[in-house]
Amino acid sequence: MIDVYTLKRLALWGRLRSPWILHFNSGSCNACDIELLAAITPRFDVERFGIKVVPSPRHADILVVTGPVTRQAAPRLKRIYEQMPNPKYVMALGTCACSGGIFRGSYAVMGGVDKVIPVDIYVPGCPPRPEAIIDGIVKLLKKMEAETYGK
Amino acid sequence: MEGSLTSIINLIFGPQHPALHEPELFRFKVEGEIVVKAEPRIGYVHRGIEKLFEKNTYIKGIYLSERICGICNVAHTVCYCQVVENVMNIEPPPRAKYLRAVVHELNRIHSHLLLLGVAAEELGFDTLFMLIWRDRELVMDLIELITGNRVMSAFNTIGGVRRDVNAETIEKVLKVLPKLEERVKYYRKVFEEDPTIRKRTVDVGILPRRDAIRYCVVGPMARGSAVDVDIRRDIPYAAYDEIPFNVIVRDECDVWARLMVRVDEVLESINIVRYALEHLPSGQIRLPLKRSAPPGEAISRVEAPRGELLYHLVSKGGITPYRLKVRTPTLANLLAASKLFEGHTIADIPAILVSIDPCFACTDRVTLVDVKSGKSTKVSLRELARRGRE
Repeated sequence: MIDVYTLKRLALWGRLRSPWILHFNSGSCNACDIELLAAITPRFDVERFGIKVVPSPRHADILVVTGPVTRQAAPRLKRIYEQMPNPKYVMALGTCACSGGIFRGSYAVMGGVDKVIPVDIYVPGCPPRPEAIIDGIVKLLKKMEAETYGK
Repeated sequence: MEGSLTSIINLIFGPQHPALHEPELFRFKVEGEIVVKAEPRIGYVHRGIEKLFEKNTYIKGIYLSERICGICNVAHTVCYCQVVENVMNIEPPPRAKYLRAVVHELNRIHSHLLLLGVAAEELGFDTLFMLIWRDRELVMDLIELITGNRVMSAFNTIGGVRRDVNAETIEKVLKVLPKLEERVKYYRKVFEEDPTIRKRTVDVGILPRRDAIRYCVVGPMARGSAVDVDIRRDIPYAAYDEIPFNVIVRDECDVWARLMVRVDEVLESINIVRYALEHLPSGQIRLPLKRSAPPGEAISRVEAPRGELLYHLVSKGGITPYRLKVRTPTLANLLAASKLFEGHTIADIPAILVSIDPCFACTDRVTLVDVKSGKSTKVSLRELARRGRE
């Protein structure tokens, strides 16, 4: 018989070694998006760490949001976040997603992902290099581990 | 809500470059497997940039225009700087013009390779996607070498460019170009001969020349439909009046022709970069900075990777623009593109979307409406691409 504790450890082990990412563009200029895509291609290849970009929020562990969150995209972002299974983590990718960046003060943007959903890790940069994105994910994994074992 | 009212008025500006994985919605009316009508729903990426231009100074505007589209950011800064220079009545030095052309073409190479890779992915050819993106890193390195950053280059400024190149840099760039050329020639062969690619793209999404003119499509989409337009040749800007290059035009009018135009343009761009670096004039790279512009009005047109880009600036004097209007190529192409889907199967949708330009993945969600029952179902584009492969 496997007890609940062992199952939980097993789930965590799986999650930490193969976190699945959902990418959502909330009105970004595509610079962050192409850098995220570059991170999965051969030069950087995050798939060797088990990190995989998935198309559906229901499969994802980490939601990577780019862009300053436009008013049109905000309800959609919220809905995608709600569709993700627990435990879920959010990464704000790029300066726009962290604070609104250059678009701060525009009538059409909310100014940062954390205005709409809770954010676990911020990766600033315009756009962040693929190395920075990988570093952000690794830091997030450490946080995930500490959170679970800390309890 | 007042905010949404204003966004309707300004909607045209909104998702000017609906590219990779952007939130955008297409409404396809289908009868069985056949698409009867396609309606794009744009506006998710509306950030109110035109209004922000009016609030910010001309200098800040450079960085704002760069962030309209991260993929073809150099085209935007070239166009913005030119329009401001036109109002201020200044002419950048020749060396700056050549350097602008160099970075502009490197940017075009990266943008076209990006699209060709994603096109391969949407056609179900993932290996080719990975290979093209691996070689695209060569261009990203060159852009970083010249401008100091991989994507957002912040290279152009009003009255010139911000960084100079030395002999060492030129040598390094010229060393990488043959390597890149060889790879692109190989991909040209793949796109030309691979039976899978040909089957998915030849005679799909046909836009006849007459329709291309009637719908005012621009860029590679027009050139793939035998319309011979290229702003670089027709109204030369930067150093294009001194650089010899060919305009690639094909008359097959289908998805395949549009992809081939882009492959060939990459090869042309490599030659332009090589010529410009070999014939780089000496001298200063920028004029002393002017902060304010006299009252006046000007336009500037640039051939961005996706087609013609137009900026219209109205100045009433002072340090901020009175009004700046931006017309981006994707909007022009998107409206015509909705016509292309009609009569094709659902499986062809990703291929056609890719060919108009990276508008494809922005359609992260696609709504299918069954004409007979009126029922609508939502599927993601990836799901659609998967269906197309099976």
